[in-house]
Amino acid sequence: MAVLNLKQKLAILSDAAKYDASCASSSGAKRSSRDGAGVGAVTGGMGVCHAYTPDGRCVALLKILLTNFCLFDCVYCINRVSSNVPRARFTVEEVVRLTLDFYKRNYIEGLFLSSGIIKSADYTQEQLNLVAKTLRQVHDFRGYVHLKLVAGSSPELAAEAGLYADRLSVNIELPRDDAFPRLAPEKNSADITAAMGEVHARIVVSRDRTLTGKRPPKFAGAGQSTQMIVGADGASDADILARADGLYGDYGLRRVYYSAFSPIPDSSAILPSRRPPLMREHRLYQADWLMRFYGFERDEITADAADGMLDLTHDPKLAWALANRAAFPVDVNTADRERLLRIPGLGVKSVDRLLRVRRLKAVTLDDLGRLAGSIKRMKPFVITSDWRPGGLTDQVDLGLRLAAPIIAPVQMSLF
Amino acid sequence: MYAVELAHETDWEGWRAGARALRLAEIPPDQVTWQVGPALGLFEGAAPPKPPVGAGFPAPPGLFDLAQEVILNRDPMRFDLLYRLLWRARETPRLVEIFTDPDVRRAEILRRQVREAVHKMHAFVRFRRIDAADAPETYLAWFEPPHRVLARGVGFFVDRMANLRFSILTPDACAHWNGENLRLTPGVEAPPDRAEDEWEDYWRIYFASVFNPARLNPDVMTQHMPRRYWRNLPEAEVIEGLVTSAQGRTDAMVRAGPSRPSARARRRTV
Repeated sequence: MAVLNLKQKLAILSDAAKYDASCASSSGAKRSSRDGAGVGAVTGGMGVCHAYTPDGRCVALLKILLTNFCLFDCVYCINRVSSNVPRARFTVEEVVRLTLDFYKRNYIEGLFLSSGIIKSADYTQEQLNLVAKTLRQVHDFRGYVHLKLVAGSSPELAAEAGLYADRLSVNIELPRDDAFPRLAPEKNSADITAAMGEVHARIVVSRDRTLTGKRPPKFAGAGQSTQMIVGADGASDADILARADGLYGDYGLRRVYYSAFSPIPDSSAILPSRRPPLMREHRLYQADWLMRFYGFERDEITADAADGMLDLTHDPKLAWALANRAAFPVDVNTADRERLLRIPGLGVKSVDRLLRVRRLKAVTLDDLGRLAGSIKRMKPFVITSDWRPGGLTDQVDLGLRLAAPIIAPVQMSLF
Repeated sequence: MYAVELAHETDWEGWRAGARALRLAEIPPDQVTWQVGPALGLFEGAAPPKPPVGAGFPAPPGLFDLAQEVILNRDPMRFDLLYRLLWRARETPRLVEIFTDPDVRRAEILRRQVREAVHKMHAFVRFRRIDAADAPETYLAWFEPPHRVLARGVGFFVDRMANLRFSILTPDACAHWNGENLRLTPGVEAPPDRAEDEWEDYWRIYFASVFNPARLNPDVMTQHMPRRYWRNLPEAEVIEGLVTSAQGRTDAMVRAGPSRPSARARRRTV
């Protein structure tokens, strides 16, 4: 086998990692290199995207695999054992060097390291941990580190990973348990959720003071996340959101990522290449947001979804409003925060500003426009000091009129 | 008419002293001009009267925080806008919370542009390593921010690189960190001649490899990474090629259909 140089390895092992959607560098504990010996800081805020690739996705981290050799045969994955992609493996030192040299040039906030499964789950996890440990202990690297946790590896290795990493993730990938035997025969959801449970328990413990008042060592300060593939198995949006809702509740996840199943260069006969369902993915993120920041229950979002699939024409908040007209119009001068958050087109930030403004003056329709940018979608659903929607709220064709992009009415042909 | 002379484009202390004196003297905004440096003829006016010793008024909550950010914007009317807010706060002390007010909204927009510029500077500064052999590790960047945000945002880089040396040069100001202290110097007009940095090749390889052609969406890319930044981004030179080849690469993947399992997998299943 030809010996690959570092550039060739980088090309192979970053291409192999790009189907993982997560690239967040946010919500790590704030720290800097000022009191250290090496480089690195975490802002503690929203994170920084250092570049955007032409697919519109954020590049915050050096997202690579330690190796794309893999024993598993998950049919959706470009790195499955039966794929013919070129294979490569970094040494620990190579990953460390890439991370530090990218970091010093301000290309990245840190490292997101994952790996194919080689030899065993434990061996693979040990190798991942070794990279993070070297960065932290040998180089005093204070930047962001996201490590993949290999399901089925021992709890001691998870414990070690959490000491070095800001974030840990185990990808569930498949929304439904019954899809595993066909699509990911070496995996099962029990191992995956067990690993999440292990991480969750350690995060909870690390946030409590002990009886003596001491703080336990930090553990995965930016929490854990996971990813689900959208459109590879037969799962409906309702299935996907049910899985997400359960994971948020049971394991305190920070984020669930939804990744539209994307054509890969070397696809399996079981799962041929198709164009990725990007709008569906977008609607799932919107629904996820409604559950986490807008006080929506999952059942409310999926109650009116035909066959458990979200409306692709309307965003899920507007779809809910159209299906629940009796809850509107909402008087923006008197309604509580919870009700304001239900108004289509009004985001969390605008609601919070609205609450401050209305203490000082009566809110008009123009005011609402200045707060939210546009009142077009909002008008049928709100009462302001100078506007009442009257019968508009209940118009039958309201959904059609508010569809985005606006669908031009089709002229009936006479012939 | 009155005129306040400010020492430089982001002279916060000068604006504050001038605005304070004007307001104590009850001089409305429409009788004031703000100028950076000595007046060059046209709009000469009297300096605002010195306020009596001990005179003062409570600072409207939130206004000075807002002003310190807005003043970094390149909008030529920013000083006038800020004094108008201070003036109107006599009647409405909590004016800056009325986000629906046109003046407040304008100031909030300018503030958002400044914050965006700080954030994008943190994102898009690209360092090159420039030290000679045996010299301490040193990095240099040239950057052109849309607003005058270098001094406000440079702490981010010190936090990251406190144990290295670096300089960031911009047309407005330059910042230099020597491992212990930060020094600000006047801006420079043109980017310095710098040798290539071999790591830029690695970065372009990475940037091209993490791009997924099946998800091509250049509008979202340019929305977050506006073209005005591209000329100082080493990765920008590969964007066009990635965009134009994306459709063909995706079609090929969809058309190709499934492949024969690898030899490795066939061995395994025997």
